[in-house]
Amino acid sequence: MSGATVAQPADSAPIYHKAGSLRRERRRALIGAYIALAVFVVFFLTPPFHMLMTSLKSSAEIADLSGNPWIVSRPTLENYWALLSQGSYLTHFVNSVMVTVCVVAITMVISTFAAFALARMRFWGSTALATGVFLTYLVPETLLFIPLFQTIGGLGMYNNLWAMVLLYPTLTVPFCTWIMIGYFSSIPKELDEAALIDGANHFQMLWKIFIPVALPGILAATIFAFTVSWAQFLYPLAFLVSSDQMVLTVGIISDLIRGDTFQWGMIMAGALMAALPPLLVYAFLMDYYIAGLTAGATKG
Amino acid sequence: MAQVSLRKIVKEYEGGVQAVKGVDLEIEDHEFVVLVGPSGCGKSTTLRMIAGLEEITAGDIAIGGRVVNDIPPRDRDIAMVFQNYALYPHMSVYENMGFGLTLRKFPKDEIRRRVENAARILDIGNLLDRKPKALSGGQRQRVAMGRAIVRDPKVFLFDEPLSNLDAKLRVQMRTEIKKVHQTVRTTTVYVTHDQVEAMTLADRVVVMNHGVIEQVGPPQDLYHHPTTRFVAGFIGSPAMNFIPARLEQGSGALRLALPDNIALPVPPERTQRYTPYVGRDLLLGIRPEHLTEVKATGKQNIATFEAAPEVVEPMGMETLIHFWIQGAEICAKLDPAVPAEPGRKMTLAVDLNQMHLIDPDSGRVL
Amino acid sequence: MSSLPPGIPAAIAPPRAGTLQRLARRRSTLAFLMTLPLIALIGSLVIYPFFYALYLSMLNKRMTKFVGIDNFTFLLGRETFQMVIWQSVIFAVGAVVAKAIIGFVLAHVLHALPDKGQRKWRGMLLVPWVIPPAISTLAWWWLFDPSYSAFNWALAGIGAGPVPWLGEANWARFAVILVNVWYGAPFFMIMYLAALKSVPDQLYEASAIDGATGLQKLRYVTLPMMRNIISITVLFSLIVTFANFDIVRILTNGGPQDSTHVFGTYAFQVGIQSGDIPLGAAVSLFMFPMLAVFAIFILRGVSRRSKEMAG
Ligand SMILES: Nc1ncnc2c1ncn2[C@@H]1O[C@H](COP(=O)(O)OP(=O)(O)O)[C@@H](O)[C@H]1O
Ligand SMILES: [Mg+2]
Repeated sequence: MSGATVAQPADSAPIYHKAGSLRRERRRALIGAYIALAVFVVFFLTPPFHMLMTSLKSSAEIADLSGNPWIVSRPTLENYWALLSQGSYLTHFVNSVMVTVCVVAITMVISTFAAFALARMRFWGSTALATGVFLTYLVPETLLFIPLFQTIGGLGMYNNLWAMVLLYPTLTVPFCTWIMIGYFSSIPKELDEAALIDGANHFQMLWKIFIPVALPGILAATIFAFTVSWAQFLYPLAFLVSSDQMVLTVGIISDLIRGDTFQWGMIMAGALMAALPPLLVYAFLMDYYIAGLTAGATKG
Repeated sequence: MAQVSLRKIVKEYEGGVQAVKGVDLEIEDHEFVVLVGPSGCGKSTTLRMIAGLEEITAGDIAIGGRVVNDIPPRDRDIAMVFQNYALYPHMSVYENMGFGLTLRKFPKDEIRRRVENAARILDIGNLLDRKPKALSGGQRQRVAMGRAIVRDPKVFLFDEPLSNLDAKLRVQMRTEIKKVHQTVRTTTVYVTHDQVEAMTLADRVVVMNHGVIEQVGPPQDLYHHPTTRFVAGFIGSPAMNFIPARLEQGSGALRLALPDNIALPVPPERTQRYTPYVGRDLLLGIRPEHLTEVKATGKQNIATFEAAPEVVEPMGMETLIHFWIQGAEICAKLDPAVPAEPGRKMTLAVDLNQMHLIDPDSGRVL
Repeated sequence: MSSLPPGIPAAIAPPRAGTLQRLARRRSTLAFLMTLPLIALIGSLVIYPFFYALYLSMLNKRMTKFVGIDNFTFLLGRETFQMVIWQSVIFAVGAVVAKAIIGFVLAHVLHALPDKGQRKWRGMLLVPWVIPPAISTLAWWWLFDPSYSAFNWALAGIGAGPVPWLGEANWARFAVILVNVWYGAPFFMIMYLAALKSVPDQLYEASAIDGATGLQKLRYVTLPMMRNIISITVLFSLIVTFANFDIVRILTNGGPQDSTHVFGTYAFQVGIQSGDIPLGAAVSLFMFPMLAVFAIFILRGVSRRSKEMAG
């Protein structure tokens, strides 16, 4: 651990140090902090940066081994144009949007009701169910995709976009329920009682009190559900084969890689546009995004 | 508006805790009743059973003559003010106050009329558009009351509504609550652990302890005629002194023998009342305000004795002194003009007209 | 005084029939109904598939015959699969350790910054976590390209020879870990940062007055206060990394010579691509004991944490 990681000066004789040395130590620690940060920011942003550069290059410039791969000398939007005007990129995009919207809606309905019941209405087995929800959240998709492959086939939903709408909620609902149990539990009990006395029934209590009061939590859960369904890769890769059914994560590689010819410019342009929705959500709703991320472990 | 009757109500929580053990209470129409007692004595539980927020284990509760045991809170026609106010944080003050009426599908202009009326009573007309977050503690308190008033219910229920306020505001809001009650005259059940609040607000005070009612009565009654040692000690501030004393037959009159060879004559009019207890070890209960410096009042039944204060607390309008008689701490209230110094003996006067004798075994005032 | 406007019977509705007890019973019925979709979802798409996987894993390749645990013993005897086990462990442990350390350093560094700058830096540092890994790995793939690698171009600039990023077994192992670290370190950072912020400042002030140096503060104040969240995050990340699919699948697809396969990608190759469903199911199920152990520890940590917070 470098000295840069500690805000306070590491002075062995704290009673005697002078204000000047304190400030100087602090300054040095801060400079160290900025250097460490800069190094990691470069590391973390290199791939997206390179992605952007490549996407702005023509095929000829990409293939030119004598040029600098890190910068673009003759920027062009032809890759973006090609993607949006021909081929099935737009179809994939629309598919992704459709699946994500449906999954987010289903997730929020299921998990809001479940979280409300689990947080507020004790019933037989409710604690066990809450624990079960958490355990389900820990089940990775790689554990169950093979039996699901069989089941989906059995239902006649192989190579069907709607199979994704059926399956993704298993990945989103448990976590969303879990964090919303946390948010709902943090609402003071007197608020329900006041609503009860004011004449609200359980649905009114949920709709008019809990959902508005826990709106930050609902938003965090929604963002989570959105990012998970937008990013899911294994299920579409395993269950979708024809281009018209594919979503972005699998569509880009399956369409733009024909045998050994990689259209890197278009791949990077497509990837960048596919990364854009989550990035935008993140940029505008960063606090909720982070709240949802950390809530899983800091709440409940 | 209505009377409220509690008939032998019992509350046993899951796990066997008996929080309320058979409470009987008749609350009259328009009455302001305060349940007071130490924390954990079952006040809130009682109130919440009236509200319908807790199930009743045994007994009956009637509001306005109708037994409500099985009726959910929304149909009991009551309103409640909570300690933490329980204002809906996402609604404006106006919406908070109108919420109950909106749910009951009142017409819009009726809601407006009622909210504005309540806002006028509480002087919060300029806050109606604010969210609870933008209000001070006292303002939130008013809104919580406004929410109750707007509903025009049969009964107001208050659960420690002032406990979250600072001392000054508490006194101010206390007056406010009293004023509101005088305006709307709704039957009120008010829970507090603060006996001053209870005394100042109540038409009748109900003192509870360990899930049972110790005594019910108007404030003055409880102060002057407590029936149990608990009530005697709970009501009044500083608390009543309890001094071990032996009741003896003197020449002609009864006499209390205190430790340190202090003997006090019992007022003659109480001779008959106390005669059965001659020879027993009892507790003498005397309030600090009846244990003072010697004054020339010409009153009957004033006895004097000597004591050396160990702690002197000047309070401004009075001076409290503390001394010990055989392990029993005694507090006396002196005029601030009286010189008092720790360790210096002085003569104190006991107003024996105000004395109480308590049977230490049963805890009853004799 | 009671001034009910006309036509509002709702306010004085007659009492519903039934006792509060029956209401309570009705409430738990309602609660059960509200959780029913959740129960149905978990039951039909998590629990049932799990047992179905157990059943599938005990069939022969054509799924015509019950073969007991033959698939499992067969897999254990195969050298490729032994390599998959090792690679999964190395991949998970290596990546998680690196992510934990980087995340810890970054969280501390961020925490030391003044609040205003903190937000900006945090925003940039979280970007790898926000981009879907199936998307960002494409960029890495391109960076590792055998002939056009931008990394190798840069290395050539300082005179270092080209690195066979994905072409040689150990370099490929390193590459998949590197990408996983790149993707996951921000998550650790953000978790630790949240934990750091929850340590009350008074503790540091008190320890400063007691004469603690910076490192002592870290050792005696920060680490004990963060222990629980560190262990939860590490265990959680172990599960996720162990079960990783996207990065390996896109970057190397298990190659070269199956040296970078982890359970997920191997199961995919065996079960979906080669069409041996039972064997693929068996490969996936090998993950289960390990995941179950991690999950139990996480659950213990989480419940301990909520007890601490309640207490
Ligand atoms: N929900 C509950 N479950 C079990 N015991 C409770 C519950 N609520 C209160 N109690 C117990 O009942 C007793 C009375 O509580 P309460 O009525 O809240 O007292 P207070 O007079 O301070 O308002 C206390 O001993 C308390 O611990
Ligand atoms: Mg209470």
